[in-house]
Amino acid sequence: MRTPCKRSLLLVAVLLPPFALASPEEDLAAFRAFYESRFPDIELADHADGAYALDEAKRAQWLEMEDFPPYEFAVDEGEALFEMPFADGESYASCFQNEGQGIKHLYPLFDEVAGEVVTLELALNRCREAHGEAPLDYEGEEIAALMAYMAYTSRGQTYDIKVPEAGLGAYEAGKQFFYERRGQLNFACSSCHLQSGGGMLRAEILSASVGHATHWPTYRFKWERVGTLHDRFIECNEQVGAQGLAPQSASYRNLEYFLTYMNNGMVLNGPASRK
Amino acid sequence: MMRRVAVGRRKVTQLRRYGLWALVFMSPLVGAEPSAQDQIREGRVIAWDRNAGNCLSCHWMPESELPGNIGPPLIQMQFRFQDRASLRRQIWDPTEANPDTVMPPYGKHGILTDHQIEQVIDYLYSI
Ligand code: HEC
Ligand code: HEC
Repeated sequence: MRTPCKRSLLLVAVLLPPFALASPEEDLAAFRAFYESRFPDIELADHADGAYALDEAKRAQWLEMEDFPPYEFAVDEGEALFEMPFADGESYASCFQNEGQGIKHLYPLFDEVAGEVVTLELALNRCREAHGEAPLDYEGEEIAALMAYMAYTSRGQTYDIKVPEAGLGAYEAGKQFFYERRGQLNFACSSCHLQSGGGMLRAEILSASVGHATHWPTYRFKWERVGTLHDRFIECNEQVGAQGLAPQSASYRNLEYFLTYMNNGMVLNGPASRK
Repeated sequence: MMRRVAVGRRKVTQLRRYGLWALVFMSPLVGAEPSAQDQIREGRVIAWDRNAGNCLSCHWMPESELPGNIGPPLIQMQFRFQDRASLRRQIWDPTEANPDTVMPPYGKHGILTDHQIEQVIDYLYSI
């Protein structure tokens, strides 16, 4: 643990906000290099399975569980919701390219007109509102089911998130959030998932952040439901005594933008299941 | 001598090796009054409790089940922190010694009270 720790601290230093002016491409290269040196025996692509990439026994258990995927119900429910016409006769399909099939890996994207990061959840609700429907609760079952269906039709697609000039500020804000310590326990996302990645926090293996955004939404046995990436952000914030932010707040969307950019080159494998 | 905690074989050998030092450093605890024992017992509860110190989430300690491994194992503290004040500083605000540490600043952020930290230190000196 000790020597890799020292080595990693060097890399952490490279990644810390004083070097915030590194380009996204440089950040991505440093991020990948860090995890490759921390886990020399693990392919980067395998981190898409989170902690299960890091422990054989846990992986075996998990694969067994995947024989009866606990998110299957949500995918079916999501498909039904997706196809249900709005009161004006239109449907979700009319709001998205390729009628919403196989497009989840294109999100989040930076909307240059609105000047903000648009996640797929946000786009779904904007679609509803454009057609006179009330927005869905971001922590509710319906949005998670819709996301599960849209992820399912996008399986196997490769992430290639773009950061245009105008999106750099949002990207930097997301990066800042990732490295900023918060809460009574004084942890940043990076304290656990980068600096201590692969370590054990009690019985939990800390997953790598490369691969953190590939597989959402996720059925969590602890939640007993399918939840979104922002649900997980809230939990990770609150467990260190920090305030969870509103799902789809600008800060969380920027964080998702940064994290998903760090997944570029990886394959979408959602929805997923986790303990 | 204090012997509340199960001692592994390795520790026994170490203790024999450092027996003399152990006597010197642990002497304040020899024949300790019940109150000192209470402090140690309390300290152990605080260190182990998920809602208090939760040190086990990162450190192995004697008898711990499913401890984390983010930090070094906490054993033989009397050899590694001969100066009580420096052990207190490490717990009160570990970022002082290592700004990049992931260990929480227990005193500085009011996670534990000064009194609780003293109890944890008593416990640490007993393992
Ligand atoms: C105190 C430690 C800690 C901090 C700080 C923390 N996390 Fe986590 N996080 C965990 C643990 C433990 C898990 C569950 C095991 C795992 O997958 O790593 C987890 C899981 C996750 C997952 C799910 C991984 C998967 O494979 O599904 C994501 C995404 C995540 N964290 C992101 C974040 C972000 C973003 C932040 C900062 C806002 C953060 N975490 C801060 C401990 C932490
Ligand atoms: C989230 C992880 C974490 C938690 C929780 C934690 N520590 Fe630590 N601790 C560390 C790390 C990492 C180190 C290594 C040195 C450093 O980074 O400061 C450390 C170092 C130490 C040291 C110095 C050990 C040595 O040999 O140098 C002591 C003593 C210590 N911790 C005590 C505690 C106590 C007591 C608690 C609970 C009240 C605690 N720690 C909780 C992560 C943690």
